[in-house]
Amino acid sequence: MGSPATNEVREAADRYKAGVIPYKQMGYWDPDYGPKDTDLLALFRITPQPGVDADEAAAAVAGESSTATWTVVWTDRLTAADVYRAKAYRVDPVPNTGPGTQTEAQYFAYIAYDLDLFEPGSIANLTASIIGNVFGFKAVRALRLEDMRIPLAYLKTFQGPATGIVVERERLDKFGRPLLGATTKPKLGLSGRNYGRVVYEALRGGLDFVKDDENINSQPFMHWRDRFLYCMEAVNKASAATGEVKGHYLNVTAGTMEDMYERAELAKSLGSVIVMIDLVIGYTAIQSMAKWARRNDMILHLHRAGNSTYSRQKNHGMNFRVICKWMRMAGVDHIHAGTVVGKLEGDPLMIKGFYDTLRGTRVPQSLEHGLFFDQDWASLNRVMPVASGGIHAGQMHQLLHYLGEDVVLQFGGGTIGHPMGIQAGATANRVALEAMILARNEGRDYLREGPQILEQAARWCTPLKAALETWRDITFNYESTDTADYVPTPTASF
Amino acid sequence: MTDQGMRITQGQFSFLPDLTDEQIAAQVRYALGNGWAVNLEYTDDPHPRNTYWEMFGMPLFELRDPAALMAELEQCRKSFPRHYIRVTAFDSTRGWETPRMSFIVNRPQHEPGFRLVRQEVDGRQIRYTIHPYATDKPEGERYP
Repeated sequence: MGSPATNEVREAADRYKAGVIPYKQMGYWDPDYGPKDTDLLALFRITPQPGVDADEAAAAVAGESSTATWTVVWTDRLTAADVYRAKAYRVDPVPNTGPGTQTEAQYFAYIAYDLDLFEPGSIANLTASIIGNVFGFKAVRALRLEDMRIPLAYLKTFQGPATGIVVERERLDKFGRPLLGATTKPKLGLSGRNYGRVVYEALRGGLDFVKDDENINSQPFMHWRDRFLYCMEAVNKASAATGEVKGHYLNVTAGTMEDMYERAELAKSLGSVIVMIDLVIGYTAIQSMAKWARRNDMILHLHRAGNSTYSRQKNHGMNFRVICKWMRMAGVDHIHAGTVVGKLEGDPLMIKGFYDTLRGTRVPQSLEHGLFFDQDWASLNRVMPVASGGIHAGQMHQLLHYLGEDVVLQFGGGTIGHPMGIQAGATANRVALEAMILARNEGRDYLREGPQILEQAARWCTPLKAALETWRDITFNYESTDTADYVPTPTASF
Repeated sequence: MTDQGMRITQGQFSFLPDLTDEQIAAQVRYALGNGWAVNLEYTDDPHPRNTYWEMFGMPLFELRDPAALMAELEQCRKSFPRHYIRVTAFDSTRGWETPRMSFIVNRPQHEPGFRLVRQEVDGRQIRYTIHPYATDKPEGERYP
């Protein structure tokens, strides 16, 4: 028996002997660890390889997403290594997985990261760690980042949404109801002149916004300058015809930052209130555009092109709620976040989790909605969620019920496909919306009485009548692939 | 779609038939139920960027019942029968601190609308100005 000091020296010597030791023994597993308020917390869904126990898999994920490499390195001893090591501190089996179920065993692993592991104000740096090499790591068969708790201290290093819901509404002079939009269709092939026609008709008929589609950039059938010029003619003409502020999301997505800035500058000089970008431009480009938007008093719309490649499957990739958090930090004002009732993936409870994440100021843990942590947003602006894809006027009561008031409802087909024309389609949507808001505020049970409220308005509004007749029975009832896995008690059981 | 003539569609309910007083009171009740303070504002310059309509008194912070606001509205309509009048509801909650409702409760019989002025500048660019026809006349004489 040596003195405690001697023991420590011997332990350290053993720990750093060259070779390969389990991650657990390298210091990446610490069930007694109490996370600090300044720690970044991540929750991963881990499917370990057969024969790898859950704690070791969690430790490996903590290691590979922070300081570890596959073998012991003596150079760790030149650093305060214990601070930089991420710590897996809790592992729960995922309900309804493992022996006796259809799904191989999965685990929820909680991992804490010290604040100093990350560069201030850089989503690129944050994600290079958290979703870097670790996702290809062989010791786990599949890995999914389910949620994160971003500490206040880190949030304060980000600009956040360039405009935010409050200022967006003040600038547009639109309060107390969801905003209405539509995406120009067909997506591809319209000339600038023809494209602007769709924009004018939709805005003139009652929409607040029209939108470029994600893949409308600058193609042979319509170069970007043509589109911008004709769209702004349409926006201003519609504004003069209605007395309202109107907008068109001019997509400035391009091959280089220089091109994007050039397009954004033209949008600004033409007087547009909003520009848009696609998620595929990357985190750094998004942050750059958010700073540009803040400097130039521009609303920044983000189309989540590409996200379903990694967010849809339950066992691997990342949950969309994490994208929502990163995008709020990165500084976008709008993000497509699901409709519940439309054509795209979206379980109602999960969507509520996304919407709360985008719009809340303090969002409490809610396992039912897939939120694993309390999240205080540190006064970062609110993001306006956008509901788009297969929605129509006949669902107005459901949309208001599920999505609330601070949302852009985008009826693309539901406006442009109207049998009486685009203006009529837009009017139908606006009348349905205003009638529903009026009824809700009067205290009516609008969710139950929704169809009657719409029928009543359709008696004096022919376009709404036609919309209801055309789309009455259109629903998209498929089972969601992404739902919450939780048990209402802290300890999971099979 | 046939054009029904100009109707300025600012505010929450401009696509619906003009609200009755009963309907207005119900909306005010909703605002008060949320703890918001309501006020009346009027203008004869409906330009979409005319943010500051004249206040018909301050927001009624102590108001608990729509009746008093409805009485104010009657007064306001008497004084400005051919102006635009709107109800605005202000939310003082941290994180909002902004209007949460805004809807028109009086408008002129005839709304002449706006002229769109196009100034052609370099390239194919156009500078747009939206000009309310009514504001060619001085305040108070704009809507006969």
